[in-house]
Amino acid sequence: MEKVSRLKHVRVRVNGKEYEDVIESRMLLAHFIRERLGMTGTHVGCDTTNCGACTIIFNGRSVKSCSMFAVQADGAEILTIEGLAKDGKLHRIQEEFWNNHGLQCGFCTPGFILQSYWFLKENPNPTEEQVRQGISGNLCRCTGYQNIVKAILEAAKTRVEVPAMM
Amino acid sequence: MSQVFGASVKRREDPRLITGYGHFTEDMVLPKMASAVFLRSPYAHAKIKRLNTEKAKAQPGVIAVFTGKDTESKLAAIPTAWVVTGAEVKATKYLPIAVDKVRYVGDPVAVVVAQSLGEALDALDHIEIDYEPLPSVIDQEKAMAQGAPLLYDDVPNNIALHWKAGGGDIEKAFREAEVTIKQRVVNQRLLPTAMETRGATAEYDIGSGQLTIWMTSQNPHVHRFLISALTGVPEHKLRIIATDVGGGFGSKIPCYGPELVVAWLAMKLQTPVRWTEDRSENYLATTHGRDHVDYIELAAKRDGTILGLKVTAYANMGAWLSTAAPGVPTILFGLMLSGPYKIRNIACEVFGVLTNTTAVDAYRGAGRPEATYIIERSIDMLAREIRMDPAEVRMKNFIPENEFPATVATGLSYDSGNYFQTMTKALELVNYEDLRREQAKLRAEGKLLGIGISSYVEICGLGPSSVVRATGFGLGLWESTTVRVHPLGKVTVFTGASPHGQGEETTFAQIVAQELGVKFDDVEVIHGDTDRIPFGMGTYGSRTTPVAGAAIAVSCRKIVDKAKKIAAHLIEAREEDIVLEDGKFHVRGSNEPSKTIAEVAYAAYGAGTKELPTGMEPGLENTTFYDPPNFVFPFGTHICVVEVSRDTGEVKIRKYVAVDDCGKQINPMIVEGQIHGGITQGISQALWEEAVYDADGNLLTATLADYAVPTAVEAPHYDLSQTVTPSPHNPIGVKGVGEAGTIASAPAVVNAVVDALSHLGVAHIDMPMRSDKIWAILKSKGIAK
Repeated sequence: MEKVSRLKHVRVRVNGKEYEDVIESRMLLAHFIRERLGMTGTHVGCDTTNCGACTIIFNGRSVKSCSMFAVQADGAEILTIEGLAKDGKLHRIQEEFWNNHGLQCGFCTPGFILQSYWFLKENPNPTEEQVRQGISGNLCRCTGYQNIVKAILEAAKTRVEVPAMM
Repeated sequence: MSQVFGASVKRREDPRLITGYGHFTEDMVLPKMASAVFLRSPYAHAKIKRLNTEKAKAQPGVIAVFTGKDTESKLAAIPTAWVVTGAEVKATKYLPIAVDKVRYVGDPVAVVVAQSLGEALDALDHIEIDYEPLPSVIDQEKAMAQGAPLLYDDVPNNIALHWKAGGGDIEKAFREAEVTIKQRVVNQRLLPTAMETRGATAEYDIGSGQLTIWMTSQNPHVHRFLISALTGVPEHKLRIIATDVGGGFGSKIPCYGPELVVAWLAMKLQTPVRWTEDRSENYLATTHGRDHVDYIELAAKRDGTILGLKVTAYANMGAWLSTAAPGVPTILFGLMLSGPYKIRNIACEVFGVLTNTTAVDAYRGAGRPEATYIIERSIDMLAREIRMDPAEVRMKNFIPENEFPATVATGLSYDSGNYFQTMTKALELVNYEDLRREQAKLRAEGKLLGIGISSYVEICGLGPSSVVRATGFGLGLWESTTVRVHPLGKVTVFTGASPHGQGEETTFAQIVAQELGVKFDDVEVIHGDTDRIPFGMGTYGSRTTPVAGAAIAVSCRKIVDKAKKIAAHLIEAREEDIVLEDGKFHVRGSNEPSKTIAEVAYAAYGAGTKELPTGMEPGLENTTFYDPPNFVFPFGTHICVVEVSRDTGEVKIRKYVAVDDCGKQINPMIVEGQIHGGITQGISQALWEEAVYDADGNLLTATLADYAVPTAVEAPHYDLSQTVTPSPHNPIGVKGVGEAGTIASAPAVVNAVVDALSHLGVAHIDMPMRSDKIWAILKSKGIAK
């Protein structure tokens, strides 16, 4: 393959800000966010879309950013973990992860928080079982999930309207 | 001032981690940074006949390609650090890049450095290599047999280690036995699966000659020590940084080849080099856990008294003896075979066997889960044989509370314990009597309910250096700290421990707040940077709080001693009359005049209105190297209740109760979190996880799509409780808790499943007890269709 043909132009809006770049067409969205935009809160824990550490909000839905090419994000609106707190105030899901010891090493946490963000938009009043199903695309090796589930249920209880994403 | 020691304070690690601003190894980006990738062997055992890197070197973006022949003279073979005393340990030549021969699938044979990761990966395909496959051996029992393929010419029968331990008179125990139990049990191989894979980024500063390595490490100073010795970079010119580490579970203790290679590349190429494992590489090249085949013989009386335990263990060591590996199936396993019981006669023989698989080293619990599994399975088999309740058999054999410190047959001295208390509490919490009645009723209806108990004691807080060194470990296992009170009264703690999820930035600040009477928010805890902290041993083996935490308490107490002298001088009182209460130094019985630690610190740095006492050295800080007088021995009882589907063999955990005793708790919320995570890993071993190799040595579970890490759907809910039996020899009364859950839970689950099927004549089932296996058993008994 000719190197020239691999290069593509991409324009995305991430956390409310416009970014433009010229990248190799094979570059994964997760790597684009980490390496080109310098937002390293999006983590890569596997290469098979099993772990969910790279979860972001893509045009309003949760997506595993290692399972997309960056070029597929052209024109998209993206929310990463860095964009969730507003004006120095944590999002209630972040607050509840903190309050309930919903993280230990913290590597999987950004993915869990963004998955929860999307899940609670879809299911504002979930049962524990629905929460467990809702985060079953994300893996955590430290917590045994009990406090993650508790954090999400607490976040659901706070009844604060989810602020418009962008 | 409210008591901060013992409170469930929210973690101070969390704000950065929940907002995406942590500092994990791969987050470090440096100008002109190149990417390194390794070509790894697809064969479990083969000779390298031809290796040509010329075409790869010519690929776009490629900076260099090196093979083992290039690195052989630059990087020494990595030795094991634990040459267990009394064991016949055969060293293995673990080369950072293989030369002439590969010994496991994943053995590195070349490294490519390119301007981008993509270019490096592309170039891998252009390395020409011819292998001559050799017969391989995967199973440890087969590897010991005559005629088995040999991994190393100088290790006959692939036996890398042979060790015996015990005490008492085992022959007599079996002569006197009224009942004996014999069973072979398999403790299957597991993949630690820290969510962050291993990685390293190295930068060489030509001007100063300093080499800095950001790497995924549980013990940065131990890595500096070994990397310095093996690369020749002087230790004062080598800096290891491991700020945030995404889990370790033992797998980030060892010294591995790629980190050495990356260090060398940064110097050789004079450009920063980064390498990060992908998940499959992590599964192939980062150490695995467990992998024992154990032959058990138990001698007992009909009344349930255990007379003796005899164990022959075949531990699969993989293709090289990893850093701590020899200590795992010996010291951490064989010496723990008495468990919480008075077993006067114990004999243990261990064979550590090399095979064409990834090396096995410490994985959460490291040896203690294997020992506990043997004891707890044996007790249940005995209970069944003599028709006694398994809880009763345990209580009959527990070391009584009034016998502590208790020396067991293997020679260890348990510090403190109250095993009846945790058992009693667990039985109450689970409603044991009711459950047994329900079980009988359900059985009559043909339904399968099982109750499994597991009582454990573990050795942690490694350890007294004299004892640890006597076992053959290459370093003492003390811990260091510097506690620095700044002139305006804020405090920085530098710890040699290296937490990676365990929350010690929080709990250590709690210790300091308590000891110095300062605000929790005024204490900062620094770890994971060899240029900032004193030489430290790191975080593993549930040692961080009992050893590093104790070091901090000792430092604080020394600071308080000096602060009292200064305070006495400032308020013109006698030093011996000064007390520290609620953050203020004053004369006993009189709250005023008083000085806060901030006022004392101000004076200590010569900033006060009054000179320091004549002859007193300025400053207010202390460095302590704390060497614990003994190990600590946490304990507890877990009870698991399972329902087994007659039709599918699926095991459902209905209830899980854990009563743990880790001595005094600094932060109960963090203690609970450690237990939740620990239990989950043990349950997962019991039910799902298994690293599977095919006969040719291919790892069939080499991705997260194939290896069964549980999700929130499989993980059950846990009901936790605790008792508090402080460690008498530890200055803050703490024990460790990082591994307790994992040690206790696998036998609890297995005992429960076997209990559910025991009336069908099932005495033992090997892990993992996946539904297909249970279904086959039920089918053979005519239960499942």
